Amino acid sequence: MKSSSTILPAVLAAVLGAGPAVGRDLTVVSWGGSYQDAQKEVYFRPFAQTVGIPMNDEAWDGGVGVLRAKVEGGALNWDVVEVESEELALGCEEGLYEKIDYTKIGGAASYIPEAVNDCGVGAIVYDFVLAYDGDKLKDGPQSWADFWDLKKFPGLRALRQGPKTTLEIALMADGVAPKDVYAVLATDNGVDRAFAKLKAIRGSLIFWKAGAQPPQLLASGEVVMTSAYNGRITAANDRDHKNFQMSWNGALFTLDSWVILKGSPNMDAALKFLEFVGRPERQRLLPNYIAYGVTSKAAMPLIDPKLVARLPTAPENMARAVQISDAFWAENLDRLTERFNAWIAE
Amino acid sequence: MTVDLTLHTGSPLERQSPGAALSRGAMGESGPSLMRRLVRTERHRKITALLLIAPLATFLLFTFLLPIAGMLWRSVDDRDVARIMPQTTAAIGSWDGRGLPGEHTFAALAADLATASQARTLDLAAKRLNYDVNGFRTLLATTARKLAQLGATAGLNEADLKETLIRINPRWGEPNTWAAIRRASGPVTAFYLLSAIDLKRDASNRIIAAPKTVAIYREVLARTFTISLVVTLACLTLGFPLAYLLATARPNVANLLMILVLLPFWTSLLVRTMAWIVLLQNQGVVNGALLDLGLIDHPVRLIFNRFGVYVAMIHVLLPFMILPIYSVMQTISPAYMRAGLSLGAPPRVAFARVYLPLTMPGVGAGCLLVFILALGYYITPALVGGAADQMISYFIAFYTTDTVNWGMASALGAVLLTSTLLLYGVYQRLVGADGMRLG
Repeated sequence: MKSSSTILPAVLAAVLGAGPAVGRDLTVVSWGGSYQDAQKEVYFRPFAQTVGIPMNDEAWDGGVGVLRAKVEGGALNWDVVEVESEELALGCEEGLYEKIDYTKIGGAASYIPEAVNDCGVGAIVYDFVLAYDGDKLKDGPQSWADFWDLKKFPGLRALRQGPKTTLEIALMADGVAPKDVYAVLATDNGVDRAFAKLKAIRGSLIFWKAGAQPPQLLASGEVVMTSAYNGRITAANDRDHKNFQMSWNGALFTLDSWVILKGSPNMDAALKFLEFVGRPERQRLLPNYIAYGVTSKAAMPLIDPKLVARLPTAPENMARAVQISDAFWAENLDRLTERFNAWIAE
Repeated sequence: MTVDLTLHTGSPLERQSPGAALSRGAMGESGPSLMRRLVRTERHRKITALLLIAPLATFLLFTFLLPIAGMLWRSVDDRDVARIMPQTTAAIGSWDGRGLPGEHTFAALAADLATASQARTLDLAAKRLNYDVNGFRTLLATTARKLAQLGATAGLNEADLKETLIRINPRWGEPNTWAAIRRASGPVTAFYLLSAIDLKRDASNRIIAAPKTVAIYREVLARTFTISLVVTLACLTLGFPLAYLLATARPNVANLLMILVLLPFWTSLLVRTMAWIVLLQNQGVVNGALLDLGLIDHPVRLIFNRFGVYVAMIHVLLPFMILPIYSVMQTISPAYMRAGLSLGAPPRVAFARVYLPLTMPGVGAGCLLVFILALGYYITPALVGGAADQMISYFIAFYTTDTVNWGMASALGAVLLTSTLLLYGVYQRLVGADGMRLG
């Protein structure tokens, strides 16, 4: 019995691949697609070349459950991960991330305030905007209220599946000022009001699940307008020569952040990487490839002026947008997702 | 059924293991020593057999049984709050549930909040409590922050602490708030399982129905079973004649048809699902053809609704119906049908009374296979269905990856597992264990 009790855990560890990851290169994980291609040009390759630390990059589809399984499972093969704001908040409270030492990555003051968090540092700023095909609608919708105008713009429209962003948009369409959206949504009446507003166009509403869908839905003519990530729309225009237009009125902005997973064996290299990608002279290059805003204060004036207007961080775009409240959704996502699905099944 | 009986009822001796028959016969002749040798050989054979299946058994244990056990445990595990707020959960045990708990419970809460926010574990407890009573995250976070600002809570006596807490947030003066903490004191809870069937406990611990606006899981479970059932029946209707054709056609034709059946089987599920989007969308191939033929004036909604889900799922699952039926049909000798016909039965009767019953093991296996596979479908309904066509796996995935509410995800998994097993039990009763054959 004695021998088996010592052998069994060892066998288990061997079978499950647990144990310290020794001598592994720094592994950085991002969102794949054209975004990660841009990051390879601007960040990953130059980092390996100039700083001289070998690194790999991988892609993922998000979900803090994935990170939890990695960290708790003990077989950590990722070091730095780009996460959405919700994953930042949830993972932070679960203790899945190392605390960021800002003195080693250029100081907290060098980043825009929204980007600074104990558990992660902002990577990009992006928006949910109202998008439509400029070739099909000459005089297109200019606000979420227009999104609800079935007479002027007949046809299907698409929103993101689930309550997040959908309820905010419904309230803005109902006349709530962008800055008051979360105050209204925090009340039961506000939630009722949002669902009532959604009901008005329910027959003309479909829902998308992945960020790649909105440009496809527009391109195929399946919908006349949709909520969409601004970068995807610009990318469709640049690459597929579409004439998709965006309205920044009542856009919802949010940030992605870099986090270092708890127990990373490459802590030093990870911090060096974050320092490198936080440099203004690196960040200023990202908008050349993809229309996302960057987080270094000093990078903003260095960006090609021709590109600034289409970035979420352009002052006139920022002024019309409201930040998605992670605190609100951390508290209400489960409940409102149930409510959303009960509503949709009515 | 009669055919089954004659096929499977052997003599009693055949059903015994040959070793057992041998040992009984041998005992009378050579006495106990031979008996012992035989027993030993028998044991050796058993051990060899066990060793042979050991890798499989271990594999199943680690990849199948343990994860399921883990999932079932997660659906009732509730130790976070007791671990993070030990004094409060201990103190609240003596509360009778009427009025407010004693003052020492308030003091315990203040102490726990101070330690937990220093250890940065408070959010985890807040998350669990927030599942039960909405707003608990804010409540705990603001209370902890304000207590810290006031400082020196140790200096206050218990009565003062109670007053301070209620002043910070009046919800501390509501029994419901405390009842939620008591319900979450662990170590196990029925909270997730109850939620998964739209039930909850009220402040006085009675089980009541969840409010209608958030009660979705019974509907989702019913939807999951309905979709699976419709898909199974449609696959049977489409698959049975095709399997018959495969089984009776000339070999070279049958081979060609078989390849056509298997071709989509080898294509990625995602690719096939996306192909349906291209075909069925408003500006898609099917709508285009119908418009050109003048059959419709406006495009018909064929996708992002239940119809799209059915079409895509039936397409994906059809081979799982055809293959078992086909393999059973292949073994049915044409002589049976001929015998029936020669005895005077019209073709329809001969088919219904002779051929059809013989195919039942394949039909049973195919239906069960398709139905159970359909129950777990996630990606196809997510891509081609509307928001009201999502099956239970969608919600399991939502809780697993999006909000890390693994208790709820496990509870939904447990509900699905239980109802599937129940249904399987009913099916076994109706059809019997022999009514199914995979080939």
